Amino acid sequence: MEPQSTRVPVGDPDSADDVAARLRATGYLCDDALATVTFLALRMQRPLLLEGEPGTGKTALAEAIAETLGLPLVRLQCYEGIDATQALYDWDFPRQILHLRALEAAGASGLAGADDGPNTVAEAEKSLYDERFLLARPVLAALQQSPAVLLVDEVDRADDEFEAFLLEVLSTYQVSIPELGTVRASVPPVVVLTSNRTRELHDALKRRCLYHWIEHPGLEREVEIVRSRAPEVSEALGRQVVTLVQQLRDAGDLQKPPGVAETLDWARALQHLGTTELDLATAAATLGALVKYREDAERVRQSLERMLT
Amino acid sequence: MTTTGAAAARRPVDRSPTRRENTGISDGSASNHGPETVLLGFTRALRAAGVAVTQDRAQGYLAAVALLGLDDQRATYHAGRATLCASPDDLARYDQVFEAWFGSRDGLPRTRPAQQRTTLLSQLPQSERDGDADGETALDDVVRARASDTEVLRHRDVAGLTAAEKQRLAAMFASLRPRAPQRRTARHRAWHRGDVDASRTLRASLRRMGEPADIAWRRRGVRPRRVVLLVDVSGSMSGYADALLRLAHRFTQAGRDAGGPAGMVETFTVGTRLTHLTRALRQPDADRALVAAGEAVPDWSGGTRLGETLQVFLDRWGRRGMARGAVVVVFSDGWERGEPTLLAEQMACLHRIAHRVVWVNPHRGKAGYEPVQQGVVAVLPHVDHFVAGHSLATYAELVEVVAGA
Repeated sequence: MEPQSTRVPVGDPDSADDVAARLRATGYLCDDALATVTFLALRMQRPLLLEGEPGTGKTALAEAIAETLGLPLVRLQCYEGIDATQALYDWDFPRQILHLRALEAAGASGLAGADDGPNTVAEAEKSLYDERFLLARPVLAALQQSPAVLLVDEVDRADDEFEAFLLEVLSTYQVSIPELGTVRASVPPVVVLTSNRTRELHDALKRRCLYHWIEHPGLEREVEIVRSRAPEVSEALGRQVVTLVQQLRDAGDLQKPPGVAETLDWARALQHLGTTELDLATAAATLGALVKYREDAERVRQSLERMLT
Repeated sequence: MTTTGAAAARRPVDRSPTRRENTGISDGSASNHGPETVLLGFTRALRAAGVAVTQDRAQGYLAAVALLGLDDQRATYHAGRATLCASPDDLARYDQVFEAWFGSRDGLPRTRPAQQRTTLLSQLPQSERDGDADGETALDDVVRARASDTEVLRHRDVAGLTAAEKQRLAAMFASLRPRAPQRRTARHRAWHRGDVDASRTLRASLRRMGEPADIAWRRRGVRPRRVVLLVDVSGSMSGYADALLRLAHRFTQAGRDAGGPAGMVETFTVGTRLTHLTRALRQPDADRALVAAGEAVPDWSGGTRLGETLQVFLDRWGRRGMARGAVVVVFSDGWERGEPTLLAEQMACLHRIAHRVVWVNPHRGKAGYEPVQQGVVAVLPHVDHFVAGHSLATYAELVEVVAGA
């Protein structure tokens, strides 16, 4: 168990319901379970590991948390082959060289005596590894800026070695830079990891985190989400769209069932076409916003005829 | 496993520790249990049910409950889901054990049938039994399929081998040396010829204060490709299940020996359900690994719903990335009880996602074999290699095919 909260950002939420209410205020609607887990993650200062189907709002939650707490969001998008220099820090070589040349030029014009040579050399070297030449990548940036929200997106895409590295940072919230010393977060950042489960994450990393599996929302909640995220869409149309999408999802024969993001896209697309009530022709014409496979599109077209007539 | 663990650990507990009743306490210590005891007992029951609860997770659970308040059952429930579970499979077990431990229903044993846990693993229609009864299936297979839905775990003899021969064969499996197929990576490695590595050349010259010097070269690196094994354990394949799992174990172990990252070889069994076997097969000892696999697979010698289980695989794992760019090996005889069109569709999808699809059919190497079964006909257009798989020699050939894929 970690020592109790040292983090006192703008009004720490004091209960799960409070978290839900605040997230709702930013337009992110979450259920009990997610609110509770978020509350725990904030209070226990543990990273939050979110898994779920694509398009269920994993990334959006991190954004909503950042907005709720009034903290900056630092995002680290993982990909295959990502390593510490892309996640942590790197030295700005061109600027360092420029600095060296400038020193050289100054030394030549000033004709500084050879007697204070060693001293100047040491100083020049030291000045090379100054903080201004340090390029802070997301993890270091989050530690420096903390309190902040660090979003490690699609961590399952990164390699195993990167996971081990992440584990190290997440357990101590500090990074040592040999030339500079240790950077430590004054307040541990709020960390959100998302995964699409393309592979199992290592147990050691999972153990550090609070786990939550995000499901597709139910009918009423999804209608609410459409209302709050796409207020320009009329209530009736929104409800019709969500009902259809839910039916498609429940039918379970699609290769990639549409997520909430797709629902929103589709509703907006229909809105742009000036639709007030869903009919077969417009629905078929805008299907590209909803399903992204040819086989799925055919299936949906067939079932649309059934559903809409 | 789950149910017995949960049922044995069951004890009725009221949420509020101050007014708990002591009913049906099995271990004799019928006096008041502190809240920690109740909660930690719950974590133990959960571990007995197969969720990997470790000490630190249990501590995290206690801390979370303390934060949320013990009097709130809903919060206790969510806290446990967040701190004790690590995958969607865990969540289902958690729900069951939670209900058994904290639920206020009277009467033992629990009334929920044990099968409900496993149906979560696949989208198996309830009409499984009806589907078997009609149609052209052999009587023998009907009997096997029926026995399977009682979820009895069966250990099978390898067809046509005596016990001594089988033992010898098992030892011979160690002689298989599967190698991972390779792929080129996006990242480059230093090499003594190839393309000019501009950034390394520049950095080297910067180290010399900008003096140009040797030119550095680079080439694309190589990494092992993922290998996904889908083993059909249905009734018609039961004679080969043992050997195929041994083969899968060899693949898994070779992946580890080569120092490759974990998850480079993934194994699933398909039949009526999809079961993720990789973890069981990670044990170095082949016999232990097979026992662990035997316990994990609920549908030994059942019917074949290859199309549906393949769909489950693609939906839950494959399309997300496990099959992407991977070499997928399907071990099956193509006896499909379900719709061959669904199977063909799923194989087409798999073929598009995967780098290579290898179909291993134990009957292929036998004299007089013609690929005429509905299932085989349906999949053949979507397969890169169609190879035999009934003997150790054919497995050795398969190993070469996979390494070269």
